[in-house]
Amino acid sequence: MNKIHVTTTVNGDPVEYLCEPQETLLDVLRNQLRLTGAKEGCGTGDCGACSVTLNGRLVCSCLVLAAEAGGQEVATVEGIADGDNLHILQKKILEHAALQCGVCTPGILVAAKALLEKHPDPTEVEARYWLAGNLCRCTGYDKIITAVMDAAAEMRGA
Amino acid sequence: MQYAAPKSVQDAVELLAGEAGVAHVLAGGTDVLVQMKMGMVEPDLLVDIKHITRLKDITAEAGGFRIGAAVSGAELGEHAGVGTLWPGVVEAVELIGSTQVQGRATMAGNLCNASPAGDSVPAMAAAGAVARIAGPDGTRDCLVADIPTAPGRTSLGNGEFITSIFLPARPENASDAYLRFIPRTEMDIAVASAAVSLEFDTEGKCSAATVILGAVGPTILNVNADCLLGTTLDDAALEALAAACSATAIPIDDKRGTAEFRKDVVGVLAKRAAKIAQTRAGVTS
Repeated sequence: MNKIHVTTTVNGDPVEYLCEPQETLLDVLRNQLRLTGAKEGCGTGDCGACSVTLNGRLVCSCLVLAAEAGGQEVATVEGIADGDNLHILQKKILEHAALQCGVCTPGILVAAKALLEKHPDPTEVEARYWLAGNLCRCTGYDKIITAVMDAAAEMRGA
Repeated sequence: MQYAAPKSVQDAVELLAGEAGVAHVLAGGTDVLVQMKMGMVEPDLLVDIKHITRLKDITAEAGGFRIGAAVSGAELGEHAGVGTLWPGVVEAVELIGSTQVQGRATMAGNLCNASPAGDSVPAMAAAGAVARIAGPDGTRDCLVADIPTAPGRTSLGNGEFITSIFLPARPENASDAYLRFIPRTEMDIAVASAAVSLEFDTEGKCSAATVILGAVGPTILNVNADCLLGTTLDDAALEALAAACSATAIPIDDKRGTAEFRKDVVGVLAKRAAKIAQTRAGVTS
């Protein structure tokens, strides 16, 4: 089978890879590019643990073929911090202890960042609906929402 | 499996029609990639239509809007014009899946998946939406309502695919609404749903009514809503509408709801959607 040659951008860096036609973007991010922040939870777009953005649009990378990323801009959780300086969302997730096992956290961060870029001042209800596709089996969500709302307030003030 | 990303409708048709094995269209991928993962479909060819010119466009046309088959739910939701003209269609599309799914899923894909519970399908049908279909014999237009024929089946022929969906113009004093019942508040599949599109005369009396039900039959169901005509949607008219919906529904029992419950609740949804459409139309009763 002929592999597909893909040229794309991941977190601002030009990237090239060869992929099988049925391989997902999640597979390539994790197995070839060693960007293991995005997790495979369900593999069917239900849990959001594999969330990334594609041209700024929040998507599940398990429901994107690696071949589809050609010429697009992919952003993953690895691109959220600025070197050793954590993003406000990351700091707030830690501060509010908004994680336990951590499997959902990269997806939550990517999704919450996309939320605040589009809606800098969301209501709690808007934040909960936006993050409804990011399942967390540990926290009961309250701490996550508190952290996101706190981060939003700080980012608006900053 | 092969992956192809043609640049033109003609190339896409040739690829789809020329494939001896199983060919599938890839737009948002939120159904077909899941079905591949579950082993429900094993395509020999996936034709990605997102690189075809104009399939990502929303264009004003004849007082309505033509929505490209590759326009995502998120893109549609951000378009002010469509949401003003057909708020019920846009709210139905926006109920599909999560924010992540909205970033990819398309209205045309929701239609072609032909799930009896697809949220956008009753709303499109109530709006009188028309699908433009490209195929080996050229281009044809078909009412959205005539696309699904059975669960998972459509009237599309070999090599055919939907390139756009046209939402027509609508008169003054008219609007639409879509409601579904789900046991959760988000991220669920409709147990029963109703789309209502209404027109009113200058006296505020209903002059045209289209009511389409979802998830209570193998395909969407068209309800005879003549009981609303000439009324201001008074209680008696709404009760008659609910009764007509319950009588039209032919649901199944499954883990998401009993047939008895579905027949009942679909009437309640239609009544409530009718009142929302009336309010949106700017008509006071």
